[in-house]
Amino acid sequence: MSRRLVVDMIKCDGHGICAELFPEWVRLDDWGYPIIDARDVPQALLAHARRAVTACPSLALRLEKGDGR
Amino acid sequence: MSGSAPAGLPRLLASPPRDLDEHVARYGPLPELRRRAERDEFVAMVERSGLRGRGGGGFPTGRKLRAVGHGGRHPVVVANGAEGEPASHKDRVLLQRAPHLVIDGAAVAARAVGAHEIHFVVDRGDHAGLASLEAALGARAHEMPRPDAWRVAVLPSRYVAGEESAVVSFLNGADAKPVSVPPRPYERGVRGRATLVQNVETLANLALVARYGPEWYGSVGTTDEPGSVLATVVGGVARPGVHEFALGTPFTQVIQAAGGPSEPMGALLVGGYFGTWLDLAAAEQLVLAHGVLRAAGATLGCGVVAALPALACGVVETARVARYLASESAGQCGPCVHGLDAIATALEALAAGRAAHGTVATVERWLGDVAGRGACHLPDAAVGFVRSSLAVFADDYVLHERKGPCAASTHAPVLPLPDPRTRDRSWR
Repeated sequence: MSRRLVVDMIKCDGHGICAELFPEWVRLDDWGYPIIDARDVPQALLAHARRAVTACPSLALRLEKGDGR
Repeated sequence: MSGSAPAGLPRLLASPPRDLDEHVARYGPLPELRRRAERDEFVAMVERSGLRGRGGGGFPTGRKLRAVGHGGRHPVVVANGAEGEPASHKDRVLLQRAPHLVIDGAAVAARAVGAHEIHFVVDRGDHAGLASLEAALGARAHEMPRPDAWRVAVLPSRYVAGEESAVVSFLNGADAKPVSVPPRPYERGVRGRATLVQNVETLANLALVARYGPEWYGSVGTTDEPGSVLATVVGGVARPGVHEFALGTPFTQVIQAAGGPSEPMGALLVGGYFGTWLDLAAAEQLVLAHGVLRAAGATLGCGVVAALPALACGVVETARVARYLASESAGQCGPCVHGLDAIATALEALAAGRAAHGTVATVERWLGDVAGRGACHLPDAAVGFVRSSLAVFADDYVLHERKGPCAASTHAPVLPLPDPRTRDRSWR
């Protein structure tokens, strides 16, 4: 099943670990908060996405059901 | 006591009835909607009427009624009169002039979705609206399905406090700050119940649609967008204030209704501070309607139309509002807290003519980065507003960046903002 990486901005504290672990999909803005590619995460990169979700200290990241884009 | 449908305009801003008896005599009774079939037919009728939300989103009212009606037992209705937009006055004017229409609308919406509980929400700064509403509710206490079923809540005067999820959060005992959605209030709202949040102008319209039907509702307005809309016209006009227009009214007529320009106009701001600037040539081709404005990259929003005098500076006005919006961040989302502050600081430097070369380009990049990255729409509001200024005042930005402040920068402030000394700073 396709998956999208999503951040809850209220929970996010801008640690930036997601961008370190998954730079293919996450970059940081000028203030250190993640800008996440809105497309579905390719199968080959899902392991990286899961690692980023697990490593987030604020529990702000999650993988959602994708929309096939 | 039969009541008759108002012909033409005004509908909502007709001369206020003296009391409840006169109100009932003028408008007639509301449908009871006792049976399931009547409720279903009512919702279908509201869908056919084309009535849309007047809080800013423009969402079809019938569709929202349907969603809440199917949303489980004991739903809740919220009549939202919290007008956080500093340039807008239409909700407070409506609460003063037609509180019974607002109550009618909330009551009939509650019947339609099977709710017993109604919360009327008023802005803390709106003393006259609160007094008017409380007096009207007092006269109708006997209509409540059970004691205490209709309550009034007074919300902090903050820009984002009137946003649906923020209102629900406040009614649930927390800060009046937006929360992450989903679940949306119509799914899970006040005390976890499906909650219909409707702006008070929407409800006042609903009170009339309920009585006179979709054909009457569409007897003013356009085919695509039937009905009337309350607009607050401010800035460089002779008689600023709240007026009622048919949807589809050209902006030239809107300005005329407010007494015409008080000095030559340079641009229009439409939709409030989550709206967009329009240059005059564009504005002359446009009308008060969701679809036409959306196609032009603008929004009807909460119906604010502000005239910027040609002798005032669009860069200065944009910077003032950008700072205000940044200071109204609920402080929850990083891109909003830091991004809006950075954008406002850059715009203030541009307005004062002390910005480094390349500042406009940096602002453009930040706007792209901040868009869509808040739990609520505040960052998007600021982005749309500032981005439109970059297009409409492009030449002025170049001048401000290269040569310093323009001659117009000394014009008295045009766009209304709360007094920083008396501003509400709380969230409860």
